[in-house]
Amino acid sequence: MTNPTEPKKVATREAYGEALVEAGGARPDIVVLDADLSASTRTQLFAEKYPDRFFNMGIAEANMIGVAAGLAAAGKIPFASTFAVFAPGRVYDQIRLSVAYPRLGVKIASTHAGLTVGEDGASHQSLEDLALARVLPNMTVIVPADGAETRAAVFAAIEHEGPVYLRLGRVPVPAIYPPDKRFTVGRYDMLKEGRDVALVACGLMVEVCLQAAVTLAAEDILAGVVNASTVKPLDEETLTYVASRAGAVVTAEEHSVLGGLGGAVTEFLSGIHPVPVVRVGVDDRFGQSGRPGELLEAYGLTASRVADAARKAVALKKGR
Amino acid sequence: MSTASVDALQRTAAIVRRRIVEMIGRAGSGHPGGSLSAADILTALYFHVLRLDPENPGWPERDRFVLSKGHAAPALYAALAERGFFPVSELDRLRRLGSPLQGHPDMKSLPGVEASTGSLGQGLSFAVGLALAARLDKASWRVYVMLGDGEIQEGQVWEAAMAASHHGLDNLTAYLDYNGLQIDGPVEEVMSISPVADKWRAFGWNVIEVDGHDISAILRATRDARETKGRPTIIVARTVKGRGVSFMEGKHGWHGKAPNEEQLKQALEELDGLASALAAEDGRPGAAGEDGEGTSG
Ligand SMILES: Cc1ncc(C[n+]2csc(CCOP(=O)(O)OP(=O)(O)O)c2C)c(N)n1
Ligand SMILES: [Mg+2]
Repeated sequence: MTNPTEPKKVATREAYGEALVEAGGARPDIVVLDADLSASTRTQLFAEKYPDRFFNMGIAEANMIGVAAGLAAAGKIPFASTFAVFAPGRVYDQIRLSVAYPRLGVKIASTHAGLTVGEDGASHQSLEDLALARVLPNMTVIVPADGAETRAAVFAAIEHEGPVYLRLGRVPVPAIYPPDKRFTVGRYDMLKEGRDVALVACGLMVEVCLQAAVTLAAEDILAGVVNASTVKPLDEETLTYVASRAGAVVTAEEHSVLGGLGGAVTEFLSGIHPVPVVRVGVDDRFGQSGRPGELLEAYGLTASRVADAARKAVALKKGR
Repeated sequence: MSTASVDALQRTAAIVRRRIVEMIGRAGSGHPGGSLSAADILTALYFHVLRLDPENPGWPERDRFVLSKGHAAPALYAALAERGFFPVSELDRLRRLGSPLQGHPDMKSLPGVEASTGSLGQGLSFAVGLALAARLDKASWRVYVMLGDGEIQEGQVWEAAMAASHHGLDNLTAYLDYNGLQIDGPVEEVMSISPVADKWRAFGWNVIEVDGHDISAILRATRDARETKGRPTIIVARTVKGRGVSFMEGKHGWHGKAPNEEQLKQALEELDGLASALAAEDGRPGAAGEDGEGTSG
């Protein structure tokens, strides 16, 4: 739940770098790979502490993933980091064949996902990575919402057998959880119960949905908020519960509306408990340069757009 | 090429450098180091080598330049603006929402940009495609491409290198901006690319090594490349990352960081000093001033 005593914003990539250092002490089998972005992905922190277990592979992401797979096959727990646009984007088949197919425990932790990359623009803004990652058999896909959840997810990824894609952001985000937050793969937190509509979100859109729920409450629309931080496997139990309770769902993600969390939730609910699902995300187009906040506004990733979507979902429910 | 015109190119390069630093400073983000190291080569290309028509950027017979190391977009934008593809005032909109001057080059948003780049390692393949098309059409236009030295760690670069020599693409010339640095440090420490000239030779390329800040050497090598038949040429250009701004030179920390206000002021002073020194050598008024410093300062 929201913790007002912890107002400091932390980027999930920063929490990732710190968690690697923390985990690396007790686990000598953890190794970290990067592709000339260690300052940005924050794996630099691990590199400074454990230089022998850090491999900078240069600007060669495909090779990095292949090498990580070999390390995993020989008993290591490799974390391979670059920007999300490059992994899974650039190295999809290397992930598919060398990691997912043999179900090797490579943890692909990619930062700078989504629009909030900002000024670097479309070439660097991955809006497709959740879609790419989640259709791979054996892959687990995690999008933490804040620093504490990131830390917990890193520890969960270490314990989890098999491949994990961990999607991290560039910009600092507000804390949603206390620092000792625990994480279970495939289990969602109900941050708020709500009778009229369920807002199902991941990443920085969780906080945005919490804000939208406040707006909606003023109109007597009671919105539940679910942190769907495991995009694969879905927490089917929680999704079924909120869909049947509220009868209307909104999904929200810093990703294309195609194929990501919204796609996954829609696919699941349509076959088991069909209710209106309105997806908030980036329409089928590329990003562009701009300041992160400006871009979220311009592409409709705001509390007011989530509230609009919630009103629409409620109307659809009533219209049936 | 006469010394007078080389002097003029050097003055233009000083203006290009000034524009680079200024636009990145204004934008508050961007990549000064690799833009400055590339400035002399880009100036030589856009003001002497490339057959272009800024009035008609889509002219089918134009030469094509692909900036494979797309993060050096400010150098490309400065050269294009100075060459008249769009007003210099547009440079102020670098990296702004809705601007055609995207953080990395977008061929669909800005006239004169020949390839969308920014994900490293892809530009040489694109250039091979252009060169194959020119040959199929029996066209006389040529293809030029610039690569970073960190960038050539990408395997795709070597796939493209193999294809270019396999097809004997003598209408293709590459420049390697051999500044010795990438983001995480010196290229030789992060992931060695040595011996770089031998690698390209082994892939069937004609290799010419030059000082990448010596414009007459760049032009000579480019002419030799044009005259080399049956294989592509790479001009391995030794450069200094951040060239022209004392506190950026040779520092990998200036790869992707904008100068603050004070640093910007110092950088512009240094570059203006360089421009007037070049102009004085040539007995003409300060190049930057000549170019309307009032509107851009
Ligand atoms: C495929 C890919 N991986 C990583 C990056 C991030 N990146 C941008 S610039 C850069 C370093 C480039 O070094 P170099 O090619 O030497 O360029 P220069 O020194 O000329 O700036 C990196 C790793 C990228 N743009 N594309
Ligand atoms: Mg370099």
